[in-house]
Amino acid sequence: MAIGSILKSKFFKYSGIYALFVVLWAIPALAFSQGKAGSTDGKPYDPKEAIFEHIGDSHSWHTFGKSAVPLPVILYTDKGVEIFMSDKLHEGEVYQGKNYNYILEKDKVKIAGSSGKIDTAKKVWDFSITRNVASMWMGMILLLVIFISVSSSYKKRNGKAPRGLQSFLEPVILFVRDDVAIPNIGVKHHKFMSLLLTLFFFILINNLLGLVPFFPGSYNLTGNIAVTLSLSAIVLVVINFSGNKYYWKHIFMPEIPLWLYIIMVPVELIGVISKPFALMIRLFANITAGHIIVLSLISLIFIFKSLAVSPASVVFVVFMDTIELLVAFLQAYIFTMLSAMFIGIAVQEHHHE
Amino acid sequence: MELVTPEIGLVFWTTISFLILLGLLRWFAWKPILAAVSERENSIEKALSQADAAKEEMARLTGENEALLKQARAERDAILSDATKVKNQIIGEAKTAAQKEGSRQIELARVEINSQKAIAMADVKNQVATLSLDIAEKILRKQFEDQQKQDELVKELLREVKLN
Repeated sequence: MAIGSILKSKFFKYSGIYALFVVLWAIPALAFSQGKAGSTDGKPYDPKEAIFEHIGDSHSWHTFGKSAVPLPVILYTDKGVEIFMSDKLHEGEVYQGKNYNYILEKDKVKIAGSSGKIDTAKKVWDFSITRNVASMWMGMILLLVIFISVSSSYKKRNGKAPRGLQSFLEPVILFVRDDVAIPNIGVKHHKFMSLLLTLFFFILINNLLGLVPFFPGSYNLTGNIAVTLSLSAIVLVVINFSGNKYYWKHIFMPEIPLWLYIIMVPVELIGVISKPFALMIRLFANITAGHIIVLSLISLIFIFKSLAVSPASVVFVVFMDTIELLVAFLQAYIFTMLSAMFIGIAVQEHHHE
Repeated sequence: MELVTPEIGLVFWTTISFLILLGLLRWFAWKPILAAVSERENSIEKALSQADAAKEEMARLTGENEALLKQARAERDAILSDATKVKNQIIGEAKTAAQKEGSRQIELARVEINSQKAIAMADVKNQVATLSLDIAEKILRKQFEDQQKQDELVKELLREVKLN
């Protein structure tokens, strides 16, 4: 496997470590150029706009300077599905589609009426391949390449000590198994290992790629509420579908006086939702907050309109990025850990009241 | 507010993509990796327990060998001491037998010597008696060849008798 051999080569290992440091140090410089692109002529620099543009989603994938990769826009309206590329859409301009005329307002596709104004009566379902979707797929492909190559090296070096990328990732996989799954779920952990490992590495790789300050990184996927919602919804489904009779008994027939049922059953039902809800909010808030802080520090340079501020900004941004690197691992761990804990509670055999 | 409003498109794509990723990784990565890891862990554990068993077996064998050695040594010592005892006994017996035989022989020799001596003495006595008689006869014959001497002797003898 050619990819596998590249990933396992010494050159890749060292260049990867080197690249990580280059990336960390290059963040301010590249964000500098991005910030410039965000400010339009004449208008004063608005850090809020620049920051929200970054942490939000977009129909185009910004690369360098003013160039961007166009992405497919998939719209579903009452007249059916419509697909076109995003480079046809521009902020504030009307695009004549097959079914409707569309207008882009704050990176959201809206249906334009005959007068060129937004027609709020018509609903449009946007299933576009946005920047976040595209970068998520990139991350997924990366995960697949890495882990299929690792898996193949297990086949090749059956029963031998791990090597290269395999030896780098094996402790992480074993950590998820021995320190996350087994202590929380116990003997039934085998069924949930795939979910927990996928959750962990999916969140981790997107956290890390989100820290890379230039194309194709620097997206805010795990800090997007839609993504964390989807992940925690999957966890919610898994928890409740694997819940045994003790779990349901605890919710609907707790061993308490009957009159307390009026309070306890709704509370327990809220608990069913609130557990994954907490997962969703925690990941979203942590990652988004990190991105906002880094971008705010960069924005200081533009707010003060002075290059003299940049040393301070750089120092703080490097500091923040180091913390964000920790947070990237920490949040992946916490999400997986809490998922495992909730699953563990649901599949627990003996219930201690 | 926009920040916390999930977009349906992203929810849709994330859910589908994540489930596909889960399936692919489960099939191509997690299952083989976890199987290989647990297999390796099992083999390591087995090897360790085998090594332990081998060590135990080794200790047992060594103990057994030592016991055998000790036993053999004890047996050897017993055999040696028995042999010494037997040797001493044989030597002692031989000694007493030899002594007894020697003294018997000596006794026999003494008896023989004594009897031979007696015979010899008797013979010598006879010889001496014959010789003395012969000598006495010859002397007497010589002395009493002439008559005068005979008379003289008779006279002497008679005188002695008178004196008595």
